[in-house]
Amino acid sequence: MTPRSWRPRRLFLATAVAVSLVLAGCSEVKNNRQNALQPKGHDAKTINNLFWPIAIIAIVVGILIIVATVYFAIRFRYREGVNDNPKQIHGNTRLELGWTIVPALLLAVIAVPTISTIFDLADQPDADALQVTVVGKQWWWQFEYTDAKVVTADELVIPTGRKVHLELKACEDNICNVIHSFWVPELAGTVDVVPGRTNELTLDADKPGTYLGQCKEYCGLSHANMRFRVIAMTRSDFEEWVSEQQQGPVQPLYAGEGADQKPAGPAQELIATKYQCTSCHSFDNAAAPSYGPNLTHLASRDYFASATYELNKKNLVNWVMNAPSMIPMQTESDKCRPSPVNGCIGMPSFIENVPLGQPKMSRADAEQIADFLLEQK
Amino acid sequence: MSTFTETAPLAPPRPLILRRPKSTTGFSSWFTTVDHKKIAIMYGGTALAFFVVGGIEALLIRLQLAGPNGTVLTASQYNTMFTMHGTTMVFLVGMPLAVAFGNYFIPLQIGARDVAFPRLNMFGYWVVLFGGLFIYSGFLFGGAPNGGWFGYAPLTSSPLSTGTLPGHGPDFWVAGIVLLGIGSTSAAINFIVTVLNMRAPGMTLMRMPVFTWMMLVVAFLTLFAMPIVTSAMIMVFFDRNFDTTFFLASQGGDPLLYQHLFWLFGHPEVYILILPGMGIVSEVLPVYSRKPLFGYSVVVFSGIAIGFLGWGVWAHHMFATGLGPVAISAFGLSTMLIAIPTGVKIFNWLGTVYGGAVKLTTAMLFSLGFIAMFTLGGLSGVLHSIVPSDTQQTDTYFVVAHFHYVLFGGLIFGVFSGFFYWWPKIFGRMLDERMGKLTFWAMLIGFNLTFFPMHIVGLVGMPRRTYTYEPGYGWDMLNLLETIGAFVIALATLLFLVNVIYTARRGPIASSDPWDGRSLEWSISSPPPEYNFADVPRVEARDDWWHRKYTEDADGRLVHLPAGGAVDDAEAEVAIVDDAHAGHGIHMPSPSFYPLVVAAGLPFLGYAAVFLNPWFLVPGLVLILFGVYAWGLEPGTEPGTEH
Amino acid sequence: MAAIEQAERELPAVPPAADHGNGAHDTHTGVVNPKLGMWLFLSSDCLFFGAFISTFLLYRDRGNQKGPTPADVFNIPFTSVTSFILLMSSLTMVLALSSIQRGEMRRFRIWIMATALFGATFIGGQIFEFTEFTRQGLNLDTSTFGSSFYVLTGLHGAHVTVGIVWLISLWGLAMQGRMTQADSERIEVAGLYWHFVDVVWIVIFTVIYLIPK
Repeated sequence: MTPRSWRPRRLFLATAVAVSLVLAGCSEVKNNRQNALQPKGHDAKTINNLFWPIAIIAIVVGILIIVATVYFAIRFRYREGVNDNPKQIHGNTRLELGWTIVPALLLAVIAVPTISTIFDLADQPDADALQVTVVGKQWWWQFEYTDAKVVTADELVIPTGRKVHLELKACEDNICNVIHSFWVPELAGTVDVVPGRTNELTLDADKPGTYLGQCKEYCGLSHANMRFRVIAMTRSDFEEWVSEQQQGPVQPLYAGEGADQKPAGPAQELIATKYQCTSCHSFDNAAAPSYGPNLTHLASRDYFASATYELNKKNLVNWVMNAPSMIPMQTESDKCRPSPVNGCIGMPSFIENVPLGQPKMSRADAEQIADFLLEQK
Repeated sequence: MSTFTETAPLAPPRPLILRRPKSTTGFSSWFTTVDHKKIAIMYGGTALAFFVVGGIEALLIRLQLAGPNGTVLTASQYNTMFTMHGTTMVFLVGMPLAVAFGNYFIPLQIGARDVAFPRLNMFGYWVVLFGGLFIYSGFLFGGAPNGGWFGYAPLTSSPLSTGTLPGHGPDFWVAGIVLLGIGSTSAAINFIVTVLNMRAPGMTLMRMPVFTWMMLVVAFLTLFAMPIVTSAMIMVFFDRNFDTTFFLASQGGDPLLYQHLFWLFGHPEVYILILPGMGIVSEVLPVYSRKPLFGYSVVVFSGIAIGFLGWGVWAHHMFATGLGPVAISAFGLSTMLIAIPTGVKIFNWLGTVYGGAVKLTTAMLFSLGFIAMFTLGGLSGVLHSIVPSDTQQTDTYFVVAHFHYVLFGGLIFGVFSGFFYWWPKIFGRMLDERMGKLTFWAMLIGFNLTFFPMHIVGLVGMPRRTYTYEPGYGWDMLNLLETIGAFVIALATLLFLVNVIYTARRGPIASSDPWDGRSLEWSISSPPPEYNFADVPRVEARDDWWHRKYTEDADGRLVHLPAGGAVDDAEAEVAIVDDAHAGHGIHMPSPSFYPLVVAAGLPFLGYAAVFLNPWFLVPGLVLILFGVYAWGLEPGTEPGTEH
Repeated sequence: MAAIEQAERELPAVPPAADHGNGAHDTHTGVVNPKLGMWLFLSSDCLFFGAFISTFLLYRDRGNQKGPTPADVFNIPFTSVTSFILLMSSLTMVLALSSIQRGEMRRFRIWIMATALFGATFIGGQIFEFTEFTRQGLNLDTSTFGSSFYVLTGLHGAHVTVGIVWLISLWGLAMQGRMTQADSERIEVAGLYWHFVDVVWIVIFTVIYLIPK
């Protein structure tokens, strides 16, 4: 046997270290804006208020059972000649009935608020709600504002104090036909985004701010990078944002009409002709959904690339040249070489494993494209 | 053909290309053995090997997540690792471990000489081994599974050409699950028939040891769950390879159908994994408390109730999919309901320990650990039945914490308890208790270090199945802690393996009844002779063996029976010698090659399905047809092979 | 006290069972192992077919169906005839079993072969049906109806085919004289499987062909 003296001490030490690490972890959490325990919207608060009382009951029951286990094990420890012929108890009907009925009652108590909350949360929003269609793509989110006819990506901008009614759909092209899950823990619970179905979620935010969200259902290679942000603004800021989005691009992509249509400048030439970015992205129509994120007002966003990278020139140049180095894309695989016809999942690299029939991208070209995009407020 | 002991083939057996193997000892005998005990050891060894492999995968996962923006694995490697970790632990560790214990101890506990279908038993083992190797061969041939252990369609069912998941991963996974399903179904049929038909006289159902009872429930669950997942796998296979539209939404297919089918299997599967652990604990606690199991019939019936209710809760895996408030309320309630029989079991186990004479052996420690850890897992499970709060927790690390408390704190603690409890019976040598206790403490601490922080990290927003995370979310420290814990678990496992190797030669020889046991397996020598019981016992009570050693006085206190007192070692030795003589005249089933041949043919069908190459069918079908015919034509027991 | 006295009478070793356990002692359920095993396998198979039948029911009427509908392709009279033939094979199976139980091996051989042939006729009908449907434009990838129809009936056909191989093997053994009255239990087990496959077809036929949309 190990000597009694040091084992408890070591155990204690390990526990102390563990507890302090947990505490350190918890204090770190304060700045986290993806935290289900810090609800900032009606739904999330309702859920949190339901969760805690029940969690506390569960914690208490858990502690009681663990304490009982440890206590019994020590209290009734075998001692030669003392208790080696314990009383043979085969059971006790009354006790057993008791510990069937008591948990059942406890669960009944829990069940009532649970069910009523389920139906509360499923209530349809009022007519005043902002309607947004959310489309899960691989691996980014597209937000389509129904009334404003604005399409954006990665950042869902909402007004405070107004319900937002989301209709969630999955992209149904054969190539991106997978399930995602929409989750902004500080505002509401999860809703899956299932191909062939339209799910609904109503959320709101009390105060202006940025709330982080992330895809929760494993959706392939870059599932971990499928982030997004919900940006809540005051009503007037929101109206302003909408009217900005509704305007045309700062710099149009094309000049001329009909057969005379030509890229409007050298950067546009690179985008529309040389690298054919237009086969996936929209640059001049904020109302149009596109295969890749709509970039008409890219510069109005703070983050890009599935809300993973801050929008600045360095990041953008890197991204334009070699997106898969920043977020893994299926195009990494040799088997899939994208071309305008044969799309692969995700943004291709323009310096390694270049799409079929397209040139390798020079840094100068990338900077020119980035400069152009950064002006597209 | 009624039982294996009835032989008398009518036509003289002709040599069927392969001569019937005779040897029941030596290296080659492992390939042909039909002895349920040897097959059990093979199941156990295979499962432990896969446990190590699955554990290494877990360590890689934890290394990758030790800090933000980890670079140990690429995204694609990480996705493969978590898929293979889950698939391995469920299908190649959990289920085979349960079958290993069941195989060894069901016949011993019910007083039978073998299982009902010895060759089917052998077949089941080889299918599981080959199925496991088949899935792992994906690493060599075109990609190991990478669609998650749940393999949600349409991610997995999209054709290879769309590149939704790169490589042949889903193909290997789908074919592998079907293969493993064949293996586990055959084991389930075998267990059920064995328990229902082959109990010793007097061994009524309500006298059966709880472990055997739980394995019976598990066998029924397996029997009814595997065909459902097989059907889902076939649909995925057709969608992927023949452009059917089962899960293709643009053509009217419904991805949720897959989830319904998968979880209709998947939830009973959870109980397939945990009930054997509950059975082991129900054996261990009474022995080391020197008291009968508190409320035997309630423990049995709650096990059956869990088995039944397990079929009515599958949609609690789908609360976020948009089933509508009525459906999710119903499944929330049924999920709460299942907590009742589970709670009853926990209280009955505590009742068993209460007032006992508790010997804190390693086996007992693991069983006590089971109660404590499993309770935590059960309670976080109750939190999931609170549907609204589940929509926050689903697919976060909170869920990962929950099911590891259930499956590691439950199944694995139960299994380790079983190892330390039954090792002397299986191998005739005791495991080292000092190392064992160290293993327990290391595992308990490592386990809690790894999985407790996951509750918190999940609640504060970390989703599952993510290969990377950014700093600044407050997850860094907790993840580091989890990684450290995972390595402590690895150390504990290593220590157990050292214990096994060390005691294989140096461990003290075990007597036939080293723990003063209660059930019939302790009435025969350690290890038991091939025929288990020289004379099939006549059972007169629950805990029959115990009642031959002890009785109770008027106060219900234990009293040694003078004549029937615990057989001391000297007597036990004599008894073994007697057994060896008594064994004469017992016909045991003869070894056979053919189940191995049939099982060897199956992976070829798997490769044919993966690569859609009909040429693989040729060796596969040749082996299977030849094996099946030869198997069908050879008698279960060759005439003239008495002991 | 009674307990002590009773226990004292007993020996330390577990007393042997009366029947020594060597022969085929009666099973607890009264059903011999192979038969019980087959029943269990079939109960498992029920859920296998159940999953596909449910899928078919779910998918038959779903929206945006392209290609032929059930009403377009089904030829109820034709399928009724082949279904009837399959049902008749259950009758010949019963006759085969009763022949072998009475030791009439010649009749047994005839009936078991007849069963196999009826089964083969059914499969022939299915192959014809599949080619005909394909010709009319219903393929695996046409619609969820096509997918679930072909996979369900195809898997049933696979079950029948396995049964036919089994029956012919038994017939071959009988021809070689390696099958006697004492082997009737094997035939019973094969019969269980065969009847099951027939019963499943009755369900499938009713659900797919007969229940109107």
